[in-house]
Amino acid sequence: MSTHSSDHDVHVSEAHDHHEHHETFWTKYIFSHDHKMISKQFLVTAILMAVLAMTMSIIFRLQLGWPGEKFPIIEKLIGHWGKGGKLDPSFYLALVTIHGTIMVFFVLTGGLSGTFSNLLIPFQVGARDMASGFLNMLSYWFFFGSCAVMTASLFVQSGPASAGWTIYPPLSALPQAIPGSGLGMTLWLVSMVLFIGSALLGGINYVVTIINLRTKGMSMTRLPLTIWAFLITAILGILSFPVLFAAALLLLFDRSFGTSFFLSDIFINGAPLHYSGGSPILFQHLFWFLGHPEVYIVLLPALGLASEVISTQSRKPIFGYKAMIGSMLVIAFLSFVVWGHHMFITGMNPFLGSVFVFTTLLVAIPSAVKVFNYLATLWKANIVLSPAMLFAIGLVSFFISGGLTGIILGDSALDINLHDTYFVVAHFHIVMGSSAIFGMFAGVYHWFPRMFGRMMDKRMGYLHFWLTIISVYGTFFPMHFIGLSGAPRRYYAYTSYEGFDAAININVLVSMFAILGGLAQLIFVFNFFYSMYRGRKSSQNPWKSNTLEWTAPVEGIHGNWPGEIPEVHRWPYDYGKPGADDDFIPQTTPYSDTTKSNLPGEQ
Amino acid sequence: MINLLTLIVIVMAVLTIWRLIRVMELVRDLRGEEEPVTAQDNNYNGKLAVIFMIVCFLGMIFFTIDAKKYLLPIAASKHGVLTDNYLYLNFGLISVVFFITQFLLFWYLWKYRHKKGEKAYFYPVDHKLEFIWTVIPSIVLMGLIVYGLKLWMNITQPAPADAMVIEIYGKQFDWTARFSGEDNKLGHSNFKMIADDNPLGVDSLDKSSSDDKITRELHLPVNSKIIFKFHSRDVIHSAYFPHLRAQMNVVPGMTTEFFVEPTITTDSMRLITNNPKFEYILLCNKICGVAHYNMNMKLVIESQKDFLKWYKQQPYVFARNAAVEPAKDSVKTTAAVIENTKVITQR
Repeated sequence: MSTHSSDHDVHVSEAHDHHEHHETFWTKYIFSHDHKMISKQFLVTAILMAVLAMTMSIIFRLQLGWPGEKFPIIEKLIGHWGKGGKLDPSFYLALVTIHGTIMVFFVLTGGLSGTFSNLLIPFQVGARDMASGFLNMLSYWFFFGSCAVMTASLFVQSGPASAGWTIYPPLSALPQAIPGSGLGMTLWLVSMVLFIGSALLGGINYVVTIINLRTKGMSMTRLPLTIWAFLITAILGILSFPVLFAAALLLLFDRSFGTSFFLSDIFINGAPLHYSGGSPILFQHLFWFLGHPEVYIVLLPALGLASEVISTQSRKPIFGYKAMIGSMLVIAFLSFVVWGHHMFITGMNPFLGSVFVFTTLLVAIPSAVKVFNYLATLWKANIVLSPAMLFAIGLVSFFISGGLTGIILGDSALDINLHDTYFVVAHFHIVMGSSAIFGMFAGVYHWFPRMFGRMMDKRMGYLHFWLTIISVYGTFFPMHFIGLSGAPRRYYAYTSYEGFDAAININVLVSMFAILGGLAQLIFVFNFFYSMYRGRKSSQNPWKSNTLEWTAPVEGIHGNWPGEIPEVHRWPYDYGKPGADDDFIPQTTPYSDTTKSNLPGEQ
Repeated sequence: MINLLTLIVIVMAVLTIWRLIRVMELVRDLRGEEEPVTAQDNNYNGKLAVIFMIVCFLGMIFFTIDAKKYLLPIAASKHGVLTDNYLYLNFGLISVVFFITQFLLFWYLWKYRHKKGEKAYFYPVDHKLEFIWTVIPSIVLMGLIVYGLKLWMNITQPAPADAMVIEIYGKQFDWTARFSGEDNKLGHSNFKMIADDNPLGVDSLDKSSSDDKITRELHLPVNSKIIFKFHSRDVIHSAYFPHLRAQMNVVPGMTTEFFVEPTITTDSMRLITNNPKFEYILLCNKICGVAHYNMNMKLVIESQKDFLKWYKQQPYVFARNAAVEPAKDSVKTTAAVIENTKVITQR
């Protein structure tokens, strides 16, 4: 292993000398091969997409909170889809669909993994760059293309895809069934194929870099938990995204070439269609074979970032380092055998359902271990409440709240009544949406100095955190009750049945918190772009952290370290070690320099 | 004019904010180097964490008590009562875990806030502790799994042969019910036979279709055994009876089914809920198109007698069959089926 990386060092540092002189705007900012620049490209793209998807959610929250009311701003924003300030019912479904797609794929998969895997893998394993800078660049441009196609689909005459982010056929296959299943859906599928390309290029690169390019002394058990999380995430993506690709391809065949993979016995718009012998349920199996691991593709990097931030800011080693890795591996394995819990009531064999109940509830065990380990890390710690730390704590809080309702939804007998109600919406927005986005915020606040050499403004950071956590709980906690009252998700209005009156009342509260949460994000966006240019200059190691990225020059040079790559001598969590002079010992400090604090077995 | 004024106001506001930011920057530079997070920051945020936790807990408890009146509608089916009990057991368990873990999480932020010159307790691993908190959740979960699966097996076991067969037929954007009549057998149907006068595509040559009846309201006799067979002609729908705690997807090209025993009539429910306008409902709970939110059907649960009275008035699938076979007989035999069901229920 070490011979590999030293070969690479020589090669890259030579290349580095040659390149430096003729770097143009295009090679530096646009078609960059540098992992630091690519991570910034991912982050900025994801922020823009997130603003778009959040605006969409505000528009449909206006409709849900005050159905029948007219909001001139809606017409200003979406034109004829909001004639007279009233949201069109078919565009409501489009908004719900595109909001989900953007948030799940572009923000929490592309944005989260793309940003932090790119930034931190080479820095924290001690590499000059990714294994293949070119593939890495391609990965970003596939991602960008995918975002561009998805955004373009918003401007299609018949409207963007509107069959829900899960795009179940036949609804997504037949333009007769819903206007959004015309050109909008084709663009959705094209965008998703590009996205899968991006995820695979990125994922393969991450795995290869972590396995082959670790610096001298960086054994697998000396990797920070972030890197473990990125490694497992990348493997999950490589194994599951091709299955979504297959599903998307077959759906494209059904739509455009008249095959019957997912369609059978359909009579619509006054005419029987020719499809026969296909199964719409097959699509769901394929979709959720990706869809469930996808949840962990979203969540694991966030947990990895949070582990690193919590340990650093607690000034205390992460409790149970190996158990943390073990539980991530178990969660990753289980994520491949639980997809059926999305399909308990599709008519699948009840015995098969039972198997999925069993595997699903098993996920609670490694998850519980992770939570207890976080609590044990905080116990008797010396906690520095930076904005990043607060966001990491918020993540753990959501992981508990949302994880616990997962125990209910994972139980098929209870899922019968709660399936596809607002209870589910509340559950996954807390456990997947909010906790992953909080992980991402923690990452941005913590590693902003590593990206831009400047600090984000902490006062705005604190305000952002408190407003956001208040609005997340205010939005999603009451949603559980809307679901328990029997209100289905993806309804344009709850006026057709008197039993929904309670839901309508709660919806007003939910919408108000959602709008507050949306406004709070503007503080972040402002803080981000403002601090990029005018933030306070960061010192070399502002958080007094042990990991390698803080030993590299603040300005971020090509090849990361001038001269040789530092050698690693210890694990990354020697915080607050008794006998040591300071409360942290960087990974680069050899044991021979810390004889006073060495534990038995360390020399 | 108004536009111009708005523009001026916006420009002024932006300029003011910009000046304020400049002042803040100057103050920052005057203060010079500062720790990224100060003792004051830790104090304020630690306090806020505890306050936030208390407010959240109180808010959640208050909200739950307040929401109780519309929390879960009363279960009107046999298995619904059992799953509700199990749901409350789950809520009890997760509430305990929720309050303990969240309390520790936020309280530690205040209790162990940073103190300069102090060191955290170096405590990287404790195998005994890890063992305990792996094993205890495992045992609790095994209990839940066994309990839940027993219920699930119970709900999904094959329906008894004497259960009344009713087809629930979904299409954009309404529901239709087809009763199987005295032979308790639905006639074949084929989507290719769908026509204006035959919206379900029922095969008129199939003998068992002659006594089938199609209705636009779903009436069920209370305390009877009913097996729903679900069909869709276009996209996936989901038949959701929130009060019966019953739900099953309705998928084109295949038949799905759900067995249910309704226990409370609409009239009794009106008394129980003190709401004279109360109605049961069948909703669509799988996104199925633009009018998805309006796709529903009224469900009436009534006594055997009222049910028969209503059933007698419903027309047959094919009007001419009604003329051939006297309506009286079929009602009699339907009554027999129901009578039979009742006997078995009581047993």
